[in-house]
Amino acid sequence: MIQQLFFIYFAFAITGLSLLVVTRKNPVHSVLWMLLLFFHIASLYLFLNAEFMAAIQVIVYAGGILVLFLFVVLLMNIREELRIGKYIGAGPTGFTFAAALLVVVFMSLRSFVAAPPGIYSIDLIKKETHTMVLGKLMYTEFLYPFEITSLILLVAIIGAIVLAKRRLKT
Amino acid sequence: MDINNIISPQLLDAFIKFGINVLVIILKIVVVLAIGLLHVAYATYFERKVIGHMQVRLGPMRVGPHGLLQPFADGLKLFFKEDIVPANADKVVFYIAPIIFMAASMVNLSVIPFSYGFTIADFTISPVIADINIGLLFIFAMAGMGVYGIFISGWASNSKYAFLGGLRSAAQVISYEIAMGLSLVGVMIMAGSLNLTDIVRAQEESVFGMFAIPQIVGFIIFTIAAVAETNRTPFDMPEAESELVAGYFTEYSGFRFALFFLGEYIAMIIMASMATICFLGGWTLPWYITQVVPFINYVPGIVWFLMKVYACIFFYYWIRATLPRYRYDQVMGIGWKILIPVALANILITGLVKIIMTMYGA
Repeated sequence: MIQQLFFIYFAFAITGLSLLVVTRKNPVHSVLWMLLLFFHIASLYLFLNAEFMAAIQVIVYAGGILVLFLFVVLLMNIREELRIGKYIGAGPTGFTFAAALLVVVFMSLRSFVAAPPGIYSIDLIKKETHTMVLGKLMYTEFLYPFEITSLILLVAIIGAIVLAKRRLKT
Repeated sequence: MDINNIISPQLLDAFIKFGINVLVIILKIVVVLAIGLLHVAYATYFERKVIGHMQVRLGPMRVGPHGLLQPFADGLKLFFKEDIVPANADKVVFYIAPIIFMAASMVNLSVIPFSYGFTIADFTISPVIADINIGLLFIFAMAGMGVYGIFISGWASNSKYAFLGGLRSAAQVISYEIAMGLSLVGVMIMAGSLNLTDIVRAQEESVFGMFAIPQIVGFIIFTIAAVAETNRTPFDMPEAESELVAGYFTEYSGFRFALFFLGEYIAMIIMASMATICFLGGWTLPWYITQVVPFINYVPGIVWFLMKVYACIFFYYWIRATLPRYRYDQVMGIGWKILIPVALANILITGLVKIIMTMYGA
């Protein structure tokens, strides 16, 4: 009962905060609402006994990526809202696509089938601690996809450096 | 009407247990906060005294014997000062910035353990408010939050000095956060846990008695990164007086300034506690010391813990009094070109040694 109440609160808060993020006129305020949003998402992970995910959510998204957002926003120093005709004019089209996507999501929800439960029950994860379970799985069963992911990230980093260097020369 | 008809004895029992647990937690929070704030007050006094004596001065002497009441005089002064908000400042953000900064460093006090748990009349009391499995990651996460307080205070002040200080600080803190996180991975590998109590226990059981010996590289990187993370000399670029007046809190006065001050000192105490817990063995002493001098076992663990923390804090004051400030590009160079690669190599070597040791069953 209490868990459900908490979940209802977090579900509504996350939706509300997301709306606040995209509707603020001042980008710095958007970033601050997003910070609060990330904390709420981290709390949702905590409800799933995924404490490691919660901590990583805060460290990586709130502590790393969002700070970089803030950097960009502050360096551009936009104090008032920009209105570029090219993007404003495409509003109705975008809205149509978004509505269509929502309909598709709702239609696919009806054919949702829960996956068969694996060996990792809640009790087992609680006993072994979430960090341990995640680490073991990631470096044994899912080692191959994990390494591919890191390779893709490496390519992105190298690409960024190459682009920055090219601009330095000219 | 019989009360037993309404509330079953089991339920009543559960309620009483719940009540006692809540009471214990609240008591712990009050005690930890009170002790923490007292430490902050006297950390400022200690800093002025230490630096004073290093520069052949006396430090504060007027208020009370040897200036012992100076922190309270300072606190009172700050409390009654006028609260000024600059024109064209973003008021709401300006108000919440110091609160974010202070809360982000204060909340870390909740996961720092001070000693092993002890039992009083059937109740096991562990001297930590929240004994969570991811204590180490929690401190990282919250240390990363402090940068928001700094950053948005610089932005909201609508002042060039504050803005530059905020930018510098954000760049510095996110750079050194990586080095600090990587330097502690060696400790995580050796302890096999992220729980701070488990890390101390692993050190007590290890051959070396403390991780500062096998993890000496990690310890050095952590110490440097911790100084940079708390914006202290020689890494005090964000508040470089000669260039930026006071950096990000230039426009703050009175009690809001005091909140920044408080947050900074608590962050310093947290970093000293982290060094103590992760590298210096926390509240335990290495077995080779306790075997040589057995009566030392009668000293409660918290005494050792505090002594180690004070030693770390003294170290911060010491380098503040002796070292000049780095240039900004030097700060970035040390962080990215030296500390992070060395920390990565340290992780690799620690992991290899651990694998070899488990292979040969040592």
